[in-house]
Amino acid sequence: MNLSANNKAHQPRTEQIILFQVSGQIFAISSASVQEVRSVDNIAGLARELPESPLRKVRHSIRRGDQTQYIVNTALHFGLQPRQASLVFFLRRTRTALLVDSIEKMTTMSRLQALSHAFQGEERSWYRGLTTLDQTVIPVVQPEGFLSLEELSLLESVQLTADARSTASDPRGSQLQ
Amino acid sequence: MSIVTEVPVQNFAAAPAQSFVLLRLGERRFAIPASQVAELVAPSRIFRFPHKTPELEGVIVRRGRMIPVCDIAERLTGKKLDTRRFYLLATRKYENQMDWIGIPVSGECELINVEIMEASPSDSPHVDGWLSFGGEVIEVLRLSALTPGPADGSLPAPLRDFAEARS
Repeated sequence: MNLSANNKAHQPRTEQIILFQVSGQIFAISSASVQEVRSVDNIAGLARELPESPLRKVRHSIRRGDQTQYIVNTALHFGLQPRQASLVFFLRRTRTALLVDSIEKMTTMSRLQALSHAFQGEERSWYRGLTTLDQTVIPVVQPEGFLSLEELSLLESVQLTADARSTASDPRGSQLQ
Repeated sequence: MSIVTEVPVQNFAAAPAQSFVLLRLGERRFAIPASQVAELVAPSRIFRFPHKTPELEGVIVRRGRMIPVCDIAERLTGKKLDTRRFYLLATRKYENQMDWIGIPVSGECELINVEIMEASPSDSPHVDGWLSFGGEVIEVLRLSALTPGPADGSLPAPLRDFAEARS
């Protein structure tokens, strides 16, 4: 009998996650989904305002390499009362950056339970599922769930307008919201 | 010669005795087929997180499983429960899958064996049938009509018969 193979088969699959706080609510995100964490102060001068954004939760974008990432106010996305965010998560393989209040800790989850089918609303795209840590239930966010394809195309069109205007005046350096 | 006038007759055909769990929501009692009841547990902490399903309050954790909680009292009695003595964990069908849902109840539950009378077309969609027990007529609840999620697609038998007759 191959003991090591047997042990491996019984090892629970684990995933590194970052627990972060938004308006007093704790969420989790796979650390593999986060490319970079920066302080709001650090990027404030680089963010471009999108005054004509059709989405209340997106007021700024930031150019990173050859790609524009849209900065989502995570509190507004989840319908929470926004507080002053201090950090920005740049998400990997998406065009989304998230404004968050703080990082609680990095940890490991060993179980992710899919949302019950009783949940019928937008939360089905917001979350990959729920996990329990320290006897608390924590929703694990879906990185692709912050901006739908329709929302991204709307943002792209206002971005083009904003870019055209930016030759006349430079709106960078505004306060991130 | 007598003339017999045909009048519509409700189908109150009684099925063989089945087991039901009687539950109390405020002043009223309701029933759920015992086959749909998994457990009755003491109230525990409800974990809340942002979502857009207003009927749900959050989830409770039971044996490592996260179970959504849905207070059906407001729909049935017009007001939310003041006191919660237990959560009745019931199974709810979602198309091809079964899932648990926690229903707060305000009193002791009771297991009874009794015959069910089928619901009539005029009954609300949440009524799966009627029980006569202890001098009371008690609604048997159809959870798929009271909790969020797709309805199970099956109409109450009289409505189903009506639909089939018309097709």
